[in-house]
Amino acid sequence: MITRRSFCKKSLLMIGGLALPLSAFELFDPKRLLAEKGDGKKVRWVFLVDTEKCVGCGFCVKGCKTENEIPYDANVTRTWVERYVVTKDGKTHIDSPKGGRDGFENRAIDIGEGKFQEIKNEEISKAFFVPKLCNQCDNPPCVQVCPVGATYQTEDGVVLVDRKWCIGCGYCVMGCPYGVRFFHPVYHTAEKCNFCYHRISQGMKTACVEACAFGARRIGNIRDPEDPVTKIITTERVNVLKEEYGTTPQVFYLGLTKEVK
Amino acid sequence: MKSHVWRPLYVVLFVVATILVVRKIVVPPDFGIGPRGYMYGWHRPSNEGEWQKVTVKYRTTEYCKKCHRDKYDEIKQSPHANIACENCHGPALAHPEDPKALNIDRTRELCARCHFRLEYPTSGRGKIRGIDPKTHNPGLECVTCHWPHDPRKEGHHDHAQKLL
Repeated sequence: MITRRSFCKKSLLMIGGLALPLSAFELFDPKRLLAEKGDGKKVRWVFLVDTEKCVGCGFCVKGCKTENEIPYDANVTRTWVERYVVTKDGKTHIDSPKGGRDGFENRAIDIGEGKFQEIKNEEISKAFFVPKLCNQCDNPPCVQVCPVGATYQTEDGVVLVDRKWCIGCGYCVMGCPYGVRFFHPVYHTAEKCNFCYHRISQGMKTACVEACAFGARRIGNIRDPEDPVTKIITTERVNVLKEEYGTTPQVFYLGLTKEVK
Repeated sequence: MKSHVWRPLYVVLFVVATILVVRKIVVPPDFGIGPRGYMYGWHRPSNEGEWQKVTVKYRTTEYCKKCHRDKYDEIKQSPHANIACENCHGPALAHPEDPKALNIDRTRELCARCHFRLEYPTSGRGKIRGIDPKTHNPGLECVTCHWPHDPRKEGHHDHAQKLL
């Protein structure tokens, strides 16, 4: 016979047992905890640009356009080189004619609409070249805004565009704070630097890195502590572009100044 | 109940069914959430493979070295050692099958990419020896006097004679 006391005891025990989640019975596994702490990924592509070394030859831009089939004479490019000339009166003059595709073979700064501004050598306080490309951000705003899932980030950190799926709405072109996206003149879909995904996937370096004779551009894997690029990023004074946007860019710059940021 | 009350419901059910069928046909079966999660990884994974299949055009100096070892050795001990073959010779693609011969860029503009003198004190460019193409032997190809594989050597004068 069931007594009032044993009924109450058994019901409380049952309610208590039901309240315990299944995971409470799982044994503590330090190996699994460690694996979950890091995300366990082996590859995360990063880029390193040394602005001290860049001479503005534009071979990277030429190589990129050919390698990635971007129409050569269309005024769009996945990577480009900017020239900064800071004069002694504190003004900054910036140009990038044709994205620097043909190098910089004019002392005058291209100020648009076919006009050029001459700057005398003695007026220059500093002048340098800065290559730009997609930052393959950890929090890519261009991916968040895509309404159809045409742009996405691969496991190794590269942001790609699905040309079959892109509807050409242009949200990503507007969303990128670095202005690296544009429309491909032939496919009419969003286009961007993808670290030459076809090359890096088979162990090659990107076309721009191969074309650079001065070592101003380098690509590496930040998950590999022995990678020379990782060593520089972790031990030297590197900087990124527009970190205030919270995009966590993965293209690191040596010798960046406030005029560029 | 009379059928005119149910009729809109049938219409709605038909529309929903049509949308589901169209969705099944149009959306690729592999479309889904990738390893980067819903926000960054919502995509068609087979597209990654499509990007990996893009043809490599620049085969790098290592590829050229296999047949043109002499040229490779010459440029590697010269001040131009760091310049990739394909910067001037163009992308190798499937050379020597296709294209059979590469189109070498011997223009003055090519050399001037680095050797147009710019007095930039805080850039590597300022350290490169340069000229002003407007005043430095205008009209002549640089290779007439300078041998690009080793700029310390003289260029092809016979090439200049052909031009003159």
